[in-house]
Amino acid sequence: MMAGIPLTFLLNGAEIGVFVDPGANLLDVLRRGAGDLTPKQGCAQGGCGSCTVLIDGAPHLACLTLAQNVAGRRIDTTAALATGPDLHPLQQAFMEGFAAQCGFCTAGMLMAAKALLDRVPDPSRDEVIEAISGNLCRCTGYEPIVDAILTASARMQGRSA
Amino acid sequence: MTSVEFRKDIFADERDDTLKEIGKPTIRQDILGHVTGRTRYFDDHLFDGLLHMRAVRSPHHHARIRRIDTDAAGRMPGVRRVVTARDVPVNLNTLLSLINFGRDDEPLCAHDKVRYLGETVAWIIADTERQARDAVAAVRVEYELLPHVLDVEEALKPGAPVVNEVYPNNTFDYHDKYDHQKLRFGDVNAGFARADHIVEAEYQMSPIEQAPIETCGAIAAPEQNGRFVCHTNTQALFFSLGTTAKLLNIASSRLHFIGGTAGGGFGGKVDSIVEPTAVLGAMLTGKPVKFAWDRYEEMQVGAPRGGERWRIKDGVMRDGRIVARQFTGFFDSGAYMRLSPYAIIKGTGHLPGPYSIPNVSSNVYCVVTNRTPATAMRGFGITAVDFSIECHMDRVAEVVGMNPIDLRILNAYRDGDMKAHRRRAKNTALIECCQVAAGKADWAISPDSAAASSLRGGGVGERGEIPETVTDDEGRVGERRAGRTADTAPATRGTGRIAAGQASAAVGAVPVQNPDMEIEVERIGHRIAAAQGAPAAAPRATAPGTATPPRADTPAYAPPPAYAPPPAAPPASAAPPPPGSYQPDQPFSRGVNRPGTSRFLSGTRRR
Repeated sequence: MMAGIPLTFLLNGAEIGVFVDPGANLLDVLRRGAGDLTPKQGCAQGGCGSCTVLIDGAPHLACLTLAQNVAGRRIDTTAALATGPDLHPLQQAFMEGFAAQCGFCTAGMLMAAKALLDRVPDPSRDEVIEAISGNLCRCTGYEPIVDAILTASARMQGRSA
Repeated sequence: MTSVEFRKDIFADERDDTLKEIGKPTIRQDILGHVTGRTRYFDDHLFDGLLHMRAVRSPHHHARIRRIDTDAAGRMPGVRRVVTARDVPVNLNTLLSLINFGRDDEPLCAHDKVRYLGETVAWIIADTERQARDAVAAVRVEYELLPHVLDVEEALKPGAPVVNEVYPNNTFDYHDKYDHQKLRFGDVNAGFARADHIVEAEYQMSPIEQAPIETCGAIAAPEQNGRFVCHTNTQALFFSLGTTAKLLNIASSRLHFIGGTAGGGFGGKVDSIVEPTAVLGAMLTGKPVKFAWDRYEEMQVGAPRGGERWRIKDGVMRDGRIVARQFTGFFDSGAYMRLSPYAIIKGTGHLPGPYSIPNVSSNVYCVVTNRTPATAMRGFGITAVDFSIECHMDRVAEVVGMNPIDLRILNAYRDGDMKAHRRRAKNTALIECCQVAAGKADWAISPDSAAASSLRGGGVGERGEIPETVTDDEGRVGERRAGRTADTAPATRGTGRIAAGQASAAVGAVPVQNPDMEIEVERIGHRIAAAQGAPAAAPRATAPGTATPPRADTPAYAPPPAYAPPPAAPPASAAPPPPGSYQPDQPFSRGVNRPGTSRFLSGTRRR
């Protein structure tokens, strides 16, 4: 059914070309068109943050992003967070700190956290809370998530957590 | 990291665990998939040519369906199939029919009338979700509005609209006899008469939506071997499989259910609605079909924890001893029963809270209203009444001018105490919890409270005995709607008595569960209890009232026999219903409707 408009963009560093419906949102194009299933659909109305991806390094809600708007831009998702066999420090910290239970919000949380650490390598607790304020989690109660992001930040700065 | 302090000195002789896992981070076995985004949820299974199914939903709380016009919708671009109630092979079910509890009362798709806002009246299957949504909007349904009722007590009034014809009294009929679940222990009215204070209050808890981040959904597709695969985020895979087999009249061996990964659930994913719907779509189109709720549907149609209203009346002595406690509870089941009647039985077993009270009485009503049907959520059936009980304890403490923690310790269960549902309390620890909590909060407690122990003083004298119990016959099915019983509180005048110590007879008068829920040992081939002549087996088979009283020297913690055979003589509920009780006149033309005897119908199981 994807009859329509050709669209190319960089997905996790690789150039991707797909045909999209006029009006298609980025989330559907990533999941169905490009086959990257890491962004999740929780509400499709910009409320939950499960579909958070990075567009040119900044966190965006894929469900509210018109796919055609990302032509030629760089999209990063959780699929490419790990480098080769090594987990990203954020992933490692989430894993060790029990910062996920059902895991449905995790990919979006990781993207929001990565955007923060890329911009502010050594954030305060308040800055972390602010950065994930658009991402809902119903299982963990947030504290382990905030702790994990701070742990990852410390490790990336070469400090012990 | 929060530090955890262990009090292994408490009850050290009752357990041998080392608690070595608590307070330390644990690596979940599924966490690698979560942090790499590779965990596969139901919607992460891709199918070529996936069709999308959306429901046409009622905009009214209560209305008769006069006509459904799907012609225009059927001609919309991309529409593959319009599905209505006629397409559902067995369009009547109740969730717990899989364990033989309750009557079939809920269609998968409404056909004669809608009973809550958002109830399904038809479905559209189309190539894209947007096409399905557009076609849903083009379905014309002619409704005749009916008066609706949204409040539990309004629904019990004689003139209230009948919401669900399977339960024409707007209540679940407990044991086919009463319109509420009774609990009777001792004589509350005698207790109130000798009490120094009476403390009464009402508490209410709203419905609560589980709101998982991933909404309920399923993808079903035909396989090459005559089976249908179903990827689902159900919390109860075999429950959903059995329900699908029953509703679609298909052998369960033709259903291949894959689940186990849910993006949050909290009880909201046990109702088994999306699975039969998606499989139905796949059966009718021969294509992969996805049926998932959007966020609005999750919040409006997804079954919440039911709202509850509780009234508690305590008789309390000047020194803080509670001598009588009476409950009146209303559980808002919504338009259909689902798990609510069971939640009430669970909640009744929980009364009167963790306290030794010699006289307890309770009436709990499972009420049908035009609200969204309620279902499981995190301790449902217990949470609202616990909240009410603990609020009430504080209120009682205020009335008698007592420290609320001292009041709790004074009244707390101790090992060996007899509970209102006639089981002995064991492994009790409320006193120790109160002592530790008071210490942590720097909250002074009396020397008596500080010296108290759950291990001492329990089961002494009347604390350990089943008292003579006053019974009554009020609230028989249908009487309230006929206007003959206005009061919902437990009866003020008893009409019968059960002698002290009569556990079996008392349980007979207040059955703790439907006999249908007993394990069918003979059917599954076990004859262990009967062969070994387990002592409890014989009294169970005798008629209520003639049961042997339990021996005074019965060990306090004797476990029940593992497999008690079902009673040899069927209990009273299996006899023809008494005259005047409700007998449905088969209001639904399709499906199965045998009150009290619904069976799993997939073809091969059950008697």
